[in-house]
Amino acid sequence: MAKHVVATAAEIPDGGRKLVEINGRPIAIFHVKGEFFALYDKCPHEGGSLCTGKLTSLVGSDGPGRYSLSRQGEIVRCPWHGWEFDLRTGKSYCDPVKMRVRNYAVSVEPGARVVEGPYQAETFPVSVEGEYVVVEV
Amino acid sequence: MTLEVLDRSQTETAAPAAPVRAKPQRLSIIDCDFHPTVKKIDELKPYLSRRWWERIETYGLRPRHAFVNGDPYPKAAPRAARRDAWGPDGSQPGSDLAFTQQHYLDAYGVEYAMMSPLYPSGQADQDPDFTTAMVSAVNDWQLDAWAHQDKRLKASILVSYEDAQSSVAEIEKRAGDKSFSQVLLLTRTNEPLGRKRYWPIYEAAERHGLPVAMHVFGYSGFPVSGTGWPSYYLEETTGHSAACQSVVASLVLEGVFERFPNVKFINIEGGFGWLAALSWRLDKHWARLRAEVPHLKRPPSEYLKEQLYITTQPMDEPESPRQLIDLMEQVGMDRLLFATDYPHWDFDDPARALPRGLTPEQTKAICSENARKLFRL
Repeated sequence: MAKHVVATAAEIPDGGRKLVEINGRPIAIFHVKGEFFALYDKCPHEGGSLCTGKLTSLVGSDGPGRYSLSRQGEIVRCPWHGWEFDLRTGKSYCDPVKMRVRNYAVSVEPGARVVEGPYQAETFPVSVEGEYVVVEV
Repeated sequence: MTLEVLDRSQTETAAPAAPVRAKPQRLSIIDCDFHPTVKKIDELKPYLSRRWWERIETYGLRPRHAFVNGDPYPKAAPRAARRDAWGPDGSQPGSDLAFTQQHYLDAYGVEYAMMSPLYPSGQADQDPDFTTAMVSAVNDWQLDAWAHQDKRLKASILVSYEDAQSSVAEIEKRAGDKSFSQVLLLTRTNEPLGRKRYWPIYEAAERHGLPVAMHVFGYSGFPVSGTGWPSYYLEETTGHSAACQSVVASLVLEGVFERFPNVKFINIEGGFGWLAALSWRLDKHWARLRAEVPHLKRPPSEYLKEQLYITTQPMDEPESPRQLIDLMEQVGMDRLLFATDYPHWDFDDPARALPRGLTPEQTKAICSENARKLFRL
């Protein structure tokens, strides 16, 4: 496992996303209300790019005719067939055991620490003032 | 180790356009369901008389169902499309030729794509004469905007199917043009498609050696199910399978296959898993009730095995791939035609949708060779 600096914290606004490639792997980075999440960018069903999916809520119901929304923005819906994945776990709602997408640990690190390393991100310019999104792959 | 940061500008809150990653494709794909559309309806203006253009400007399209300005059921995604299929200029999915070539034809190794224009098509409008004018305009537009721009794209002859006389005239007008590969009908018609009023369409198709494709949907004004109006799009989309069974039963039992033995029919986007069970049931009841349909000379399943083709999308997804292959074998590996449904949301990726365990020959037959033979490509 190595840590990769993939973005400045400021460049992905709340509700935004960014597609990066690490070791040849496409990885989608999402920002939801101050937290960052990283998922492998291919839907395990047929390969749709999750980075282009809609960020939505968990729709629940405690009975016919009643529904509730929770976890606003924390569920990504595949742009093709609408499979829903939990950004925190990579598990799908409908088939969490078999239909799950790899997720990666993400942290936001101050520039001062990123400059010290060790980070595998030589091509990404880092300054001590900024904050950076770091993914462990 | 290097880190490649892709497209750093791509951070807006709205879903960005998908990066196109062309996959290495060994398989040739003949896609039997691609949906082109217009960027703006003005693209059809050059092909319509002043009368009919003013009708569009004044009243718009008036399909024969409630909620005329929308679909009977809300779709799963805007324009029922893959969210990554919107053009770079924000144009509707399937409306920009260059983007469609890159994002679809090149990316999936499509050798030929059969176009099924669904909107705007004017099929089954409240004004049948408007339908006649519109389908002809859309047929011209398919040539100019698509088929003549890229030889991979094959047009369909849209017809005003509730008006057999007009349909025959349109088939006669287009049949000599090899850019057209089939006649296109929808499945939800005013009467089941086997009924006598539609026979002139099949007669004309047979005369010209054109397959007759039947794509799901349609604006008959009747409920989308045989038991009334359901509540959800999920029911509509699942219900296509049931509607298609009625269409296929009608075609075979009214004797369409017997009367027009050289016409090949293609059922598009209704699934295929049901076809095996329908064939068994038709044969069983025919054995007991055939006095009612003396025009049938053979068991229904024999006609189906010879004259009906069926597309794969949206693929059935049973627990085990083996079960799907069993179903495919029952339907007939020579009957199945691969379809993506691009750019719609329930798109099937040719590299991913077929079950593991098909032989290379079976895969090739489904992905291209059955269609190549059917369309004489």
